[in-house]
Amino acid sequence: MTDRMLSYREAINEALRVEMARDPNVILMGEDVTGASHSDKTEHLDAWGGVLGVTKGLVHEFGRDRVRDTPITESGFMGAGVGAAATGLRPVVELMFIGFMGVCLDQITNQAAKMRYMFGGKAKIPLVVRTMIGAGFRAAAQHSDSIYSTFVHFPGLKVVAPATPADAKGLLAAAIRDDDPVIYCENKVLYDTKGPVPEGEYVVPLGKADIRREGKDVTIVAISRMVHVALEAANQLAKNGNGISAEVIDLRSLAPLDEDAVLSSVQKTGRLVVVDEDNPRCSVATDIATLAATQAIEYLNGPVRLVTAPHTPVPFSPVLEDFYVPTPARVIQAVRETIV
Amino acid sequence: MEISKEKLLWIYERMRLIREFEDRLHKDFAAGKIPGFVHLYAGEEAVATGACANLTDRDFITSTHRGHGHCIAKGVDIKAMMAEIYGKATGACKGKGGSMHIADVSKGMLGANGIVGGGPPLACGAGLTSKIKGTGQVTICFFGDGASNQGTTMEGMNLAGIWKLPVVFICENNGYAETTSPKYSVSGQDIAARARGFGLPSVAVDGLDVLAIYEAVREAVERARRGDGPTFIEAQTYRYYGHFEGDTIRYRDKDEEEMYRSRDCIQRFRQTVLNQGLVSADELDALDQKARQTIEEAVAFAEQSPAPALTDVLTDVYVDFPEKALWPFQAVPA
Repeated sequence: MTDRMLSYREAINEALRVEMARDPNVILMGEDVTGASHSDKTEHLDAWGGVLGVTKGLVHEFGRDRVRDTPITESGFMGAGVGAAATGLRPVVELMFIGFMGVCLDQITNQAAKMRYMFGGKAKIPLVVRTMIGAGFRAAAQHSDSIYSTFVHFPGLKVVAPATPADAKGLLAAAIRDDDPVIYCENKVLYDTKGPVPEGEYVVPLGKADIRREGKDVTIVAISRMVHVALEAANQLAKNGNGISAEVIDLRSLAPLDEDAVLSSVQKTGRLVVVDEDNPRCSVATDIATLAATQAIEYLNGPVRLVTAPHTPVPFSPVLEDFYVPTPARVIQAVRETIV
Repeated sequence: MEISKEKLLWIYERMRLIREFEDRLHKDFAAGKIPGFVHLYAGEEAVATGACANLTDRDFITSTHRGHGHCIAKGVDIKAMMAEIYGKATGACKGKGGSMHIADVSKGMLGANGIVGGGPPLACGAGLTSKIKGTGQVTICFFGDGASNQGTTMEGMNLAGIWKLPVVFICENNGYAETTSPKYSVSGQDIAARARGFGLPSVAVDGLDVLAIYEAVREAVERARRGDGPTFIEAQTYRYYGHFEGDTIRYRDKDEEEMYRSRDCIQRFRQTVLNQGLVSADELDALDQKARQTIEEAVAFAEQSPAPALTDVLTDVYVDFPEKALWPFQAVPA
């Protein structure tokens, strides 16, 4: 599609730049999305550009009115995003880590998600919440969750989790243009990964999974960083003697979920493994298993296997954290268990 | 104070409509005609009316679980409100919201809200839209003494203060958060004083005096419109009925209720404008009659309206979403 390589971080930044230039109603706000808003000194402007530099540079182009630092008051600024969305802006609200959702959950689940329904369809909330997920940074339990499944549970919300730089750009553009509230989950471990990214306006539609690798023996459904874990496992399965041909589906959108992509793949392969970094109870992984059990059981030639994080918080110790996150070896083992 | 006769009559009409609306619901709830929960605004009419008398349809309000008065003062269609409370398809929210979520965004009414303290951050967002777009719109954020203790209210005041948002915070201190008085729940006792800690101009006003409310809010709205930021007003008022209908009200004395009823905000306004010769008794009586008739018609409309179709349960969740995903893993029941 293109030879131009960008990092996942740069791709998100570019999506924001393109969409803000395209539509003056798009604003960005969050904690230190520029930094040092108390200061008029040129050298302090854009001191951070987001805690991991994702929004760097945007304030120079769009100014502090539209690239707005907030105080550390997640309920306040999340609710302001909802109110602004209900009245004509398209706010992108940055909530630093998804673990902070607990601080402002009411504004998302009781206000943003339910407003359209409660008002009988007479409101729309074109809000995007950008938030970081992902273990692997030694950031411990409150800064490392991948709890996107929680938000799939709430009717009224859309949830996406890109795995590649191109999807990071295209899904963010789609989320910004969408008229419903979208929780956009950026995996911080992927920020420096590079890939081809189309220039200019680029939109990846919400609700469409992507088949990253075609295969015929087993379907591996994966989310966000786990797509890369699944692909590594699939490559090893093809190579290492057994010649198992795995199809890898990158869900990309968790709500709406591309049920057809999962079902048609399972109908083809007859086997299903789901790889998910979220905690496993009441999760997207169990949803995919339920989908197969209720709508494709007659095609299954073996048990469905889940490869997920344990049902624990993310631990700090590097040894424990590395054990916590699913690995290609665990995926390979799970695939073998589906072949009975 | 300069106020047109037209405005005085509007104020009287709105207060009477709210009172008739709420008194009728009180009666019909007791008769078992109203599903769910209703929180009545009777007694507090002066606050919503005096405040919204300063707004146009383009301005915004956020409201509370006790929102009927705010809706009527902001001009939401009364038949659609009543039908909503009856859960009918013709309701303001097609019967999906009910009493606690009546809204009409086209009238700038951003919703009654079942979450105490849910509104202040939303009001900041509406204010942010007006500020960034430079529209001159103002948002009034109504909340109660209970919400004055919520973190979201403090965060809202802080945000509005640092961003100089065109928001007017109006705390309707009606003496009780459910059963609990601010004498117990509000540390420092002085709600208006809290706002000064956030740098907001703040006054406590007699919430039973609609002209005092009108005047305080007029000043606040002018401040907001000229870009000088938010104001806080504590309106000291009283609710005549319980927290919700069905509440046996075993937490306050009859003497207290009678004392407040003797200072009724509508009667007081009526006496004031008659004494000053600003309007005639005939004009006010005609509005009394009109209010009774309007509510009578609203009830008839609600009663005669159709219930929602069962398939409506699946609409209005999203602007755009695959329909089969709204009832996954099973066939939609016939």
